[in-house]
Amino acid sequence: MVAVTPQSSARAVAVGGSGWGRRAVLVVAAAYFLVPLVIAISFTVYNEVQGFSLGAYGRIVTSPGFATSFLTSLALAAVTIVLVLVLLLPAMIAVRLGAPGLRPVLETITTLPLIVPPITYVVGISSALREGADALAATPFWATIIAIQDDRFPVVLVLAYVILALPFAYRSLDAGLRAIDVVTLVEAARNLGASWPHLLLRVIMPNLRSALAGAAFLTLALVLGEYTIAALLGYQTFPVWIVTISGNDGQLSVALSILSLVLIWLLLITLSRASGRKKP
Amino acid sequence: MTSARFTRVKGWAPASPLLLVVAVAFGIPAVMLALGAFTVPGAPGEPGTYGLDNVAASLREPYLTKLLTSIELSAVVAVAGALTGTLLAHAVLTSRSAALRESVLSASGVLANFGGVPLAFIWIATLGNSGLVTTSFGLGPGLLYNFWGLALVYLYFSIPLMVLVIAPALEGLRPQWREAAQGSGASVWQFWRHVGLPVLTPALLGGVVLLFGGSFAAYATAAAMVGASVPLVTMQIADALTGNVLVGFENVALALSLDMIVVAMLVMAVYLPLQRRSSRWLR
Repeated sequence: MVAVTPQSSARAVAVGGSGWGRRAVLVVAAAYFLVPLVIAISFTVYNEVQGFSLGAYGRIVTSPGFATSFLTSLALAAVTIVLVLVLLLPAMIAVRLGAPGLRPVLETITTLPLIVPPITYVVGISSALREGADALAATPFWATIIAIQDDRFPVVLVLAYVILALPFAYRSLDAGLRAIDVVTLVEAARNLGASWPHLLLRVIMPNLRSALAGAAFLTLALVLGEYTIAALLGYQTFPVWIVTISGNDGQLSVALSILSLVLIWLLLITLSRASGRKKP
Repeated sequence: MTSARFTRVKGWAPASPLLLVVAVAFGIPAVMLALGAFTVPGAPGEPGTYGLDNVAASLREPYLTKLLTSIELSAVVAVAGALTGTLLAHAVLTSRSAALRESVLSASGVLANFGGVPLAFIWIATLGNSGLVTTSFGLGPGLLYNFWGLALVYLYFSIPLMVLVIAPALEGLRPQWREAAQGSGASVWQFWRHVGLPVLTPALLGGVVLLFGGSFAAYATAAAMVGASVPLVTMQIADALTGNVLVGFENVALALSLDMIVVAMLVMAVYLPLQRRSSRWLR
């Protein structure tokens, strides 16, 4: 699940509660949230034998499989982002131009993935793949069903991630499209002789820059963090590799945990930068 | 020549690729799941028949305990997380320090998305059997590897999520409402009882439901941390997928998945109307 920090505006109204009560809450919360982090970080850089050392972080890069799994995840993310945008944007523009009946359908298919727990989704996928391979064994489609499960680039994961990313991408794009007058833009561009692809690429998309960036980063965060589906289908994506490699090296595993926390943080900073840039 | 001729899109045509992908990537697995859950395997070599046997089996022991433990854990985390998250959000939002507000809100954004195995590792380093806190304070082993340990760890992403959910609602409590209440002689208690809580209730309940869903679906953290010592439905399903069980169990796993989806749908059926209601007060 990807949650986004709201833009805080002003100090909320203080009603009741003494200053002491508030301070106690803050101290307990700080202890609960910071102690594990501080301990984890110190654990990765210090041990009694070697003293202070950044060796655990160095070992991340040199561990076998780091580059392969990280590149696999990045490639999956890139294809997922493109696919999500290519599929969603025309449908969402159609809703505004002449198919309002499509809106409830879009709302439904972009809410369903939030309801279905990933573990049950992967159960469905694997049983579809198994039954599909049996049923299609004698037909040319059999090769397709094998091809989408290729280890180097599992298309089946891309399809699953497209579905999982739909809710987040839809909401981001919806906010962007609300802010512009799609109908006027389309009429103006079409009357001036723009083709549909030209219209999409040169008129609509530049106006949606921050919404597109938001959708892309939310999808990226999702793909770089997704473990359950990839692990249970047996693919070595980056989150799966983290678990595989850290089996017997405690320092390395905690260093990788810190790294993934930093990764989330960087992604969210980029995200809020991208969506914070207000259009006039 | 009218502009309509140029701007008209052929109805749903632009949405057809999306609908096709959803039908294939989501529809087919969903149908296979449902069919499998209601298929009773026949004798070897014979086709199975349709029936409720798997669903019934998934609601009997030993599976029922796992489903109930998952629901119990999620409920504990949801209620505890919603209460502490609201307290924290209120403490932070009423603070005079803008830096504190900003940093807690952005840290919540990061931690709400921090889950899975990395979360388990960080807590194992802290409270695991050889964790620093465990050894320094001479606490016994096994502190983390039980129901309450898991709840403690789940709160690490649930409380921040609640802060994110409730912060807009808390900010939506207008100062004028408090002034009006005070002007009419209301006590602090009366303000919260008759104004504050009723306005916050949809957001609070919505948060509880969202937190429930997050813990209910969580799998990786529990798998890395407690293994089989806390019986959870997600781990039972994962065991079935990885072939860690007796033959013939696969269909019960499909039924268990169906049970999970039903629980999640009930939860969402509560959440969506609440979300609509709470957004009424927020502009």
